[in-house]
Amino acid sequence: MSTPAEHDATTRAEYCVIACAETWRDAGEILASPMGLIPSVGARLARLTFSPDLLLTDGEALIVRPDGTVEGWLPYRAHLELVTGGRRHVMMGASQIDRFGNQNISCVGDWARPIRQLLGVRGAPVNTLNNPTSYWIPRHSRRVFVEKVDLVCGVGYDRAAGARHHRLARVVTDLGVLDFATPDHAMRLVSVHPGVSVEQVREATGFELVVPDRVPYTREPTAAELRLIREVIDPDGIRAREVAG
Amino acid sequence: MADKTMTAEEAVSRLESGMTLGIGGWGARRKPMALVRALLRSPVTDLTVVSYGGPDVGMLAAAGRIRRLVAAFVTLDSIPLEPHYRAARESGSLELTEIDEAMFLWGLRAAAHRLPFLPVRAGLGSDVMRINPGLRTVTSPYDDGETFVAMPALRLDAALVHVNRADRLGNGQYLGPDPYFDDLFCAAADAAYVSCERIVDTAELTKEAPPQSLLITRQVVTGVVEAPGGAHFTSCAPDYGRDEAFQKRYASTPWPEFAARYLAGDERAYRAAAEEDA
Repeated sequence: MSTPAEHDATTRAEYCVIACAETWRDAGEILASPMGLIPSVGARLARLTFSPDLLLTDGEALIVRPDGTVEGWLPYRAHLELVTGGRRHVMMGASQIDRFGNQNISCVGDWARPIRQLLGVRGAPVNTLNNPTSYWIPRHSRRVFVEKVDLVCGVGYDRAAGARHHRLARVVTDLGVLDFATPDHAMRLVSVHPGVSVEQVREATGFELVVPDRVPYTREPTAAELRLIREVIDPDGIRAREVAG
Repeated sequence: MADKTMTAEEAVSRLESGMTLGIGGWGARRKPMALVRALLRSPVTDLTVVSYGGPDVGMLAAAGRIRRLVAAFVTLDSIPLEPHYRAARESGSLELTEIDEAMFLWGLRAAAHRLPFLPVRAGLGSDVMRINPGLRTVTSPYDDGETFVAMPALRLDAALVHVNRADRLGNGQYLGPDPYFDDLFCAAADAAYVSCERIVDTAELTKEAPPQSLLITRQVVTGVVEAPGGAHFTSCAPDYGRDEAFQKRYASTPWPEFAARYLAGDERAYRAAAEEDA
């Protein structure tokens, strides 16, 4: 059975949801820690489809199943211990990110006297040294994708010095998907969302990206995935507030 | 056994300018705001504040009471950036020791265990090392040979925390889903002042809640303050949620105007003004 909603064209926000969900494919029985709305929809979609063993919290201290059943307790202190145990894949935001994945959420300008104070380093240093980390950037631009970040909060490949549990998986943006699967771990374009050109991504990036000869489009959602996104996980369409179009 | 009950004013009168002060809670959650308001009415200043920062930090920063802040973030949760803290940072009016959330926890633990440091796998490779030139590393003496940050103990002169219930002896109980780190703040401090929604008889504490809700033991507590609504406008589950409307007003009102309206009088006047404007 199909509903009229399923026949509407897939929106950009929905491609972003699919790309975020893919971050947790084959992750196994670990905690998915999405930060931001579209990563949250993506993690819940993965949990309901191809990664059923994922653990998800209510955003506070409880581990909850998709139907809301509480199955565990994870107050902040236990969460920080789980991070160091490594059974987690976090998707954080980034105010700035560079070609090797160094990330900044602390401040813009000189740290000693910032032009703009942001969140602070938060848990970015501990996350990046202990469990797989991905990033979600709702507006891909040269302001975010910079040659050099103002303060390294999340650690990039050129500064990880072989840290044994360091792994940056993906960067998902409103334009496409990127990773670090190159010989020197420089950022690479993996796919562009339908409607986006490779040139557009290049122009919105403040450093030279590794771009393969052929860049595929981000995959289409299945009918079942679209139904879950539109009718079960985000029926009010809040995802469109984070990514328009 | 000693009755440790006192007023917020009495608790704050034991603090001194220049102290290192730990403040419990997390962001805009279960912050000891009545004690912070009492602190704002006192002349105590030049503080080193150690906090998972929220409006406690914002208010003390706006009032010019913080010399140095030790924090991983300052946030109002539903409003991601704390406006008064932000203004203080952008005007260069406070010194900052910025560390990772886990480093902060390990630092409190080291202090609670009377250790000079604890090894932590966080901070290396990040600019936390650059902006804290005093941080040192330590290498495992075992075969792995891994290098860690030697997170120094965050020893406190005093701690301020707020819980749901306490008895007169200083046994403190949380009834919400998260204890945050209030027990560690108390254990890391030379003196700890616990405010609570309600003081009850000791036997009442475990009548309806399990013993594991008894977060703070009396041996680390100096004073107990009964302060209903004492976390307002932060959340204090299950007694009450965050007062989002008031927090929005706090975040959007110029500080002198906010302070004149809500902080010029005592706690009773604060609550009356907050209720009147609700």
